[in-house]
Amino acid sequence: MATKEIAGNTIDVNEEGYLTDFSQWNEAIAEVIAAEEGIEEMSERHWEIIKHLQDYYKENGALPSIRKMKKTGVVDTKELYKLFPGGPLKKSSRIAGLKKPESCI
Amino acid sequence: MKKLLILGAGTAGTMMANHLNRKLNKKEWKITIVDQHKTHYYQPGFLFIPFDTYSEKDVIKTKKQFIPNSVNYIEKAIEVIEHNKNNVVLKDGTNLSYDILIIATGSKIVPGETDGLDGEGWHKNVFDFYTIEGAVALRDKLKTWEGGKFVIHLTEMPIKCPVAPLEFSFLADAFFHKKGIREKVEMTYITPLSGAFTKQNCSNVLGYLLDEKKINMVPDFDVELVNEQENFIQSYDDQKINYDLLVTIPTNMGDDVIERSGLGDDLNFVPTHKHTLQSKKKENIFVIGDATDLPSSKAGSVAHFQADVLTKNIIKFINGKELVQEFDGHANCFIESGFGKAFLIDFNYDVEPVEGTFPLPIIGPFSLLKESRINHMGKLVFKYIYWNMLLKGLPMPGISTQMSKIGKKIK
Repeated sequence: MATKEIAGNTIDVNEEGYLTDFSQWNEAIAEVIAAEEGIEEMSERHWEIIKHLQDYYKENGALPSIRKMKKTGVVDTKELYKLFPGGPLKKSSRIAGLKKPESCI
Repeated sequence: MKKLLILGAGTAGTMMANHLNRKLNKKEWKITIVDQHKTHYYQPGFLFIPFDTYSEKDVIKTKKQFIPNSVNYIEKAIEVIEHNKNNVVLKDGTNLSYDILIIATGSKIVPGETDGLDGEGWHKNVFDFYTIEGAVALRDKLKTWEGGKFVIHLTEMPIKCPVAPLEFSFLADAFFHKKGIREKVEMTYITPLSGAFTKQNCSNVLGYLLDEKKINMVPDFDVELVNEQENFIQSYDDQKINYDLLVTIPTNMGDDVIERSGLGDDLNFVPTHKHTLQSKKKENIFVIGDATDLPSSKAGSVAHFQADVLTKNIIKFINGKELVQEFDGHANCFIESGFGKAFLIDFNYDVEPVEGTFPLPIIGPFSLLKESRINHMGKLVFKYIYWNMLLKGLPMPGISTQMSKIGKKIK
């Protein structure tokens, strides 16, 4: 557990840079994390995905899978990779202030 | 008479039928098991079929011979689980009501989940080895194949037997060496993971082995499509890899009946309490083996350890007692590394595979996370153990249900 200065806020993060307390999240923090993940500008579409992840997490206590988002028409997988290149769920969940998706064995 | 119903007579379901047949009072309980398929496959043996080490006869027996006579065995397909009515409807309309239900419907490959995968190249120069049909078709192909781009591909996690794709790669390398064509084969291992395996310790050791065997690894590859006209595989971020022969592990999913019954997640795996094996939906439904959504490996050894815990919990449930929280995610896997050697790993939810000896300190005889000949012998002996002890629910000598730390070098 560590703390980090982001956009004038002190936030708690884990060793991989994921927020450990969602109540500390705000959009300015998200933009800084996005930049760290190589996303220069957060478009409206980026924010829609982030909002969806947060709502889904609030309701279900877990992140949706990429398959779930595709099935429920939230976002097509190809587009998700375009928006968050390299690791869509890993990156978007970090920007959203949520925990890292659990990988299976 | 009360009724206990088991769906699926694979490894997990068969073990439960045997355990419970011994434990439940036959005057009070009637056990029924349903499965639409006649054949019981020794699935770990599929790995050896493409290289002609095992043939069909090593891996095929009838399911019925492993089910005790006093258990009612029904060979029919299942339509739906009506969990609100404690009833299961079969395809032919038969109703089977239950007091306790055990779901052991397993997992299977679904090539149709990847665009283009089950097209014109399927079982011609694109193969799986997770089905008897795939393993046999691949064996026939390899008999005459003279070399080229050989690509091994893992679609997404979770998969049944997570070490199998690596074992397959090592065995293929040895096979091409023996055939004298290794220098004509360019081997590539494509994975959606960031390394060779999901567990870090193990990933380092096995990743090194891939390197040593000159198998090129492509990590973080999320497949978008397979083009079987032009023989390439493409990721969502537009990496393209050409193949002459593709061996893929398609998406694994739970049975369709789980989806029809509204009991599963996106991949039709059943949400299950990770230490008790009770389903999250209903108290009188339990889940075992590959059908669960648990973060434990989908493997026979895991089902074996689960069966011990689940048997206890069925008895507890019947007697109105609190369930035991004893399943710890224990898995025990031999990993074939080619040329008559193998690794052995032993781990659970919390403890990663480490070095050491197994099951006894120092004397072993098996070595953990290290290559040895005796580990390979262990893997071969396991076929005998599977058919003659494991399915019958007999204890495996020296191996405990919960993972033991004895003999392990835990940091």
